[in-house]
Amino acid sequence: MSVRSRALALILLLAGVLVGGIVLSAITGQLAITPTEVAGSLLRAIGIDTAWAPTDPIIESTLWVVRFPRIVMALVVGAALAVAGAVMQAIFGNPLAEPGVVGVSSGAALGAATAIVLGASVLGGAGVALFAFLGGLVATLLVYAVSRAGGRTEVVTLLLTGIAVNAIAQAGIAFVLFVADTASREQIVFWQLGSLGGSLWSQVVIVASVTVIGVLLSFALARRYDLLSLGERNARHLGVNVEQLRLVSIVLVALLTGVAVAFTGIIAFVGLVVPHIIRMIIGPAHRGLILASAVGGGALLVLADLMTRTLVSGAELPIGMLTSLVGGPFFFWLLYRQRRRSGGWA
Amino acid sequence: MSAETGTAVVVARGLRVRRDEREILAEIDLDVRTGEVLALVGPNGAGKSTLLSVLSGDLQPAAGTVELDGRAIGSFRPLELARRRAVLSQANVVSFPFRVIEIVQMGRSPWIRTAELADDQQAVLEAIRATDIEHLLGRRFTTLSGGEQARVSLARVLAQRTPVVFLDEPTAALDLRHQEDVMRLARELAAQGRAVVVVVHDLSLAGAYADRIALLDGGRLDAVGTPTEVMTADRVGRVYGLDVQIHRLGASDRPIVLPLRD
Repeated sequence: MSVRSRALALILLLAGVLVGGIVLSAITGQLAITPTEVAGSLLRAIGIDTAWAPTDPIIESTLWVVRFPRIVMALVVGAALAVAGAVMQAIFGNPLAEPGVVGVSSGAALGAATAIVLGASVLGGAGVALFAFLGGLVATLLVYAVSRAGGRTEVVTLLLTGIAVNAIAQAGIAFVLFVADTASREQIVFWQLGSLGGSLWSQVVIVASVTVIGVLLSFALARRYDLLSLGERNARHLGVNVEQLRLVSIVLVALLTGVAVAFTGIIAFVGLVVPHIIRMIIGPAHRGLILASAVGGGALLVLADLMTRTLVSGAELPIGMLTSLVGGPFFFWLLYRQRRRSGGWA
Repeated sequence: MSAETGTAVVVARGLRVRRDEREILAEIDLDVRTGEVLALVGPNGAGKSTLLSVLSGDLQPAAGTVELDGRAIGSFRPLELARRRAVLSQANVVSFPFRVIEIVQMGRSPWIRTAELADDQQAVLEAIRATDIEHLLGRRFTTLSGGEQARVSLARVLAQRTPVVFLDEPTAALDLRHQEDVMRLARELAAQGRAVVVVVHDLSLAGAYADRIALLDGGRLDAVGTPTEVMTADRVGRVYGLDVQIHRLGASDRPIVLPLRD
């Protein structure tokens, strides 16, 4: 099978998993809803009345007020994080670069926490997202400026930079918590754990629109990311305006990470695990990688969110904890493998 | 392709490059002409790769000018430049495990959305054949040996099909046969009317295949001319600090340089 058809097959498969996850997520919960009721309610929303449509207003409001916004939020946050990871790996020339590991998520979190303390109610949801973007941007620029040498980033440098940036951002968050009043403090602590519960449509709209723009832009730049894997100099020889590409990509990573973190807290390792597995299946060409990462990231978070709601009955696990629980060992395995292959921390 | 051979496409005047207070290149005047292979030779640290970087527009000289097709090379946008000149650099590390065929196809990227696009397959096929990498196409670049990687990178450069081609030590990692193949390829490119600039260490190889040789010594041009003019036992001995003898095989006037050994 050619690379292109493999990529297409994988994207379709992931889309299938995603749809399955969405349906499963919509029908599962304290209030059991049948798949036909979900379909009926969706059809009614687009103006087609069927016999399937639920008559019970509680079911209707459970779907539209609680479950659908949460599902869409999981979908777009997953897509944003996975694509941010893929773009970051492309510009760092290193498959271990990831917004969570490198500290971009923490930077965004600091920005969002600051916004909450300063009174997010005044700024609204967009204010939190804007602050998260700015925090993420500063962190990305910092990591980028410090950790690259000769167009590439060594694993050690990248991770050490990540530790430093994470430490600074966490200190900042601690300070913000310290000066916050009780209400904001509770809000920040809860939000920091990472949760998709209580997602509002107004927030979903912000995250979704930025994610769609970000994914499309990354896709448009995909060929240039391919050339960038040859090294900055060779990419330039092939006509890539490397400086411009770098700048656009940094903003892109900060936007996607910032908007993903703004309302759901830090959900780490999605940007590491998803692009990596996809690269193993369809190869590193970025057009397929970015699209498949978007769909795969969405599917992963929808399913992960479903698990957080169902693993422990009556309670809800923080999703950030769950992704780190799975992503941490995966990261460890990647490091181990890379170390064995190159005989050191190259 | 440029119509006439012998036209100066890249013209460098009064080049000077400094790095960390040290003069890397000074007082360099050099023309790169269509239809000829120009070899840059000289001892380690003489400034060959730096000169190549300046001529190809990678590096801005501290003083002096480089013109490509009569226009300052710094005024070209990266894409315009990529359609006029291709560069094989010494470092060819690939960050992700792309397949060999994908790497060669990347050489066509400057021509996306142009009329030349129709030639894509043809260009890629020719480049693959010329560099003898048919058997590697399905492999991952990252799993190849150094010499194989060098040939794949060369194929990528050939696929770019530019009027000017810069090759920085294309023979460094290659076995005897592939060294000859690459130099013969450089000759063929020149025969098609392109300008080829190649950095080589092996003086006999330069002597055998170059139309002109530029001998660098300590950042200055010691001599520029035909192999016979440049390769004298005196000059080579002085520049390299080693006594050599120059041989000629048969009727050929191509010099072969050998160190004097006991």
